[in-house]
Amino acid sequence: MRRASASRGAPALALALAVLLASDTLTAQAAAAQAATPEAAAQVDRPIVVASKPFAESFVLAEIFAQLLEARGFRVDRRPGLGATEIAFAALRRDEIDVYPEYTGTGLLAILGESPRGSSQDAYRRVATVFRERWGVRWLPPLGFENTYAIAVRPGTADSLGLETLTDLARAGPSLAAGLSPDFIGRADGLPGLRAAYGLFPGEVRALLQAVKYQALVAGEVDVIDGYATDGQIARYDLRVLRDDLGFFPPYDAVALVSRRLADEAPAAVAALTELSGLIDERAMREMNRRVEVDGEPVAAVAADALRSLGAVGDGRSTTAFGTDGGRGSLLRYLWERRATTLAETRRHLLLVVLSLAVGVAVAIPLGLALERARRVAEGTIRAIGLLQTVPSIALLAFMIPLLGIGVVPAVTALFLYSLFPMVRNTYTGVRDADGSAVGSARALGMTERQLLRWVRLPLAAPVIMAGVRTAAVINVGTATLAAFIGAGGLGDPIVAGLALSDTEMILAGAIPAAVLALLVDGALGAAERMTRPKGLREG
Amino acid sequence: MDPHATVLEARDVTKRYGAVTALAGVSLRVARGSCTALVGESGSGKTTLLRTFNRMVEPDGGSVHVSGRDAASLDAVSLRRSVGYAEQEGGLLPHWTVLRNVALVPSLLRRGDASDAARRALDLVGLPAVEFGERWPRDLSGGQRQRAALARALAGGADVLLLDEPFGALDAITRAEVQRMFAALRRQLSITTLLVTHDLRVAFELADQVVVLRAGRAEQAAAPEALRSRPGTPYVADLLVKAGVA
Repeated sequence: MRRASASRGAPALALALAVLLASDTLTAQAAAAQAATPEAAAQVDRPIVVASKPFAESFVLAEIFAQLLEARGFRVDRRPGLGATEIAFAALRRDEIDVYPEYTGTGLLAILGESPRGSSQDAYRRVATVFRERWGVRWLPPLGFENTYAIAVRPGTADSLGLETLTDLARAGPSLAAGLSPDFIGRADGLPGLRAAYGLFPGEVRALLQAVKYQALVAGEVDVIDGYATDGQIARYDLRVLRDDLGFFPPYDAVALVSRRLADEAPAAVAALTELSGLIDERAMREMNRRVEVDGEPVAAVAADALRSLGAVGDGRSTTAFGTDGGRGSLLRYLWERRATTLAETRRHLLLVVLSLAVGVAVAIPLGLALERARRVAEGTIRAIGLLQTVPSIALLAFMIPLLGIGVVPAVTALFLYSLFPMVRNTYTGVRDADGSAVGSARALGMTERQLLRWVRLPLAAPVIMAGVRTAAVINVGTATLAAFIGAGGLGDPIVAGLALSDTEMILAGAIPAAVLALLVDGALGAAERMTRPKGLREG
Repeated sequence: MDPHATVLEARDVTKRYGAVTALAGVSLRVARGSCTALVGESGSGKTTLLRTFNRMVEPDGGSVHVSGRDAASLDAVSLRRSVGYAEQEGGLLPHWTVLRNVALVPSLLRRGDASDAARRALDLVGLPAVEFGERWPRDLSGGQRQRAALARALAGGADVLLLDEPFGALDAITRAEVQRMFAALRRQLSITTLLVTHDLRVAFELADQVVVLRAGRAEQAAAPEALRSRPGTPYVADLLVKAGVA
């Protein structure tokens, strides 16, 4: 599938190739590309939702899709950094998003759960056919480069241990420490498969995010990492990529993955995207990644340059681009310059927290009170709710998608679920443990249970209940940053984008306001907690 | 009205908590205006018996009568509002002022003069409302809290008092003061009292009749002097020796 250099100067040839590879309908759609005009585009009366997964290359490709569509007169809604394959694909399947960059190998292994078979073309045909039949989802003809896993080591390690291939690595494995993405450690086409194919490999495994992996390798914290063939960082640090001599890694051709809805509603948009097929080769992609990840150039500018050099678009629009919104310099200046964005993100963040907390309070406090009346089932119920807390946030968010799609609703729902435990627990124990002698005497003097609850137990439990609300609120402020993974926005947006683009300042632009917000929320609710403390119980 | 009529009566009352027998058939009568003390060791069933009279405990067998009426036939909440109750440590509501605490029962009875009733009750126990009414329970001494709890038990106009170790948590001097105050008050108001205490000396000082409970049964019921001079069983005799009142 590495036909890029040839096709670069010959888009028509690429298109022809693409058409050959594509399914029948796509052929028709590609033909329609000839007729694609801004006027035709205007017939779609909604923005086309272009999404990406949370890493630099996905950001860049999605931005290229977005700018191309905008140049053809479509309105575009960008949803960068959707959590992971599960989240992005689930959103696409539900027509919550219209297009995002995906890789054939990922489709085959991570989504279909099949082992790779045959050549690149075989893999592409397989996913294109199955996805189409099963979900109506279209794999447009490949973009022109493959981005398979690249197992990389420092040059020094390679030289001293004589490492050239993964077989060599398996031999030297036990003495080496690996830093792998959590994704890679778990998936069939990752570490487990690699272990099965090559034998023992490596001695120690640490889960590392993409953003810190290369630094950890260069600093000697780990000896082996999983990168991607097109990572800009590989060139930057002159790393050695070990050859997959047993051909374990499946083909990972990059493709624009298109929803059924977009294919049905806007064939012209699909045709426009199909024009990119075969136009981006591995070298070009690595170069773009380097500009974004290493040089810190804005994603929009890099994407615009790419479209210009491909002759696809005259000039790049870079108003609301994916990710980067400024150069790298003084952190304070950067924070100041993006203050309007930060404010909007903070507002959205607060919205997520306040909504989820409000629903949480409305459910948790009555539930806690009910459990106090049904103590036999109380501990069991509370423990079950507590189990929710142990579901990793990303997993919970991913579970939400088939039910609620992406965006604010599933995010608020997930946050709501997380908020329940501390509030139910504190309401239950607060009311249960409210001054036994006072409650007992009041009952013995003729208070009804309702009066006891309203006049004695709730007031006495109020500070404990408020402490639960406060805990839930602070947890929610933190967890809400993950809402960015399902396109709900908030202060997680710059964090996710920053992690993807290895841009520390951008990460801080989300992390600092989130921390400040957590402190403020904690302070405000702390004050509320003191105010709910009945006067007779207050200190001093 | 017969001055010696029975106001509180238990007839062969039994109560079990799972495998534990708390009351194994206890009978008891308390005449109008008199004070009966329930004494016994922990687990003898004295508090359980006391609490059957305001239906905080429902007997499994036998019956409990208050002013001639079967308690089981009365509405529990109304019964409780008509019978005064105080316990060790006072059980005051910590988030209510002393006055509001004392006004609890008249307020529950929706009496317009609840505050006045509370003030009068506070005066009776020697805690003038002007000085103590607006204080929080935690700002009172232990003895003052017990007085406030007594005032609360009385404020609704009850002529029956159920007291569970009401002087238990006090030091000797304070306890003597509060007991004196209570003894005078009881006679003055002619209140029928059932009192639980583990302390035989308290029982001897306050009660007209002492009932010794042992493992859910009445071991002996007698006036203090009779009990002292003629302990009915070796257990009672032993108890008297231990308490230093033999």
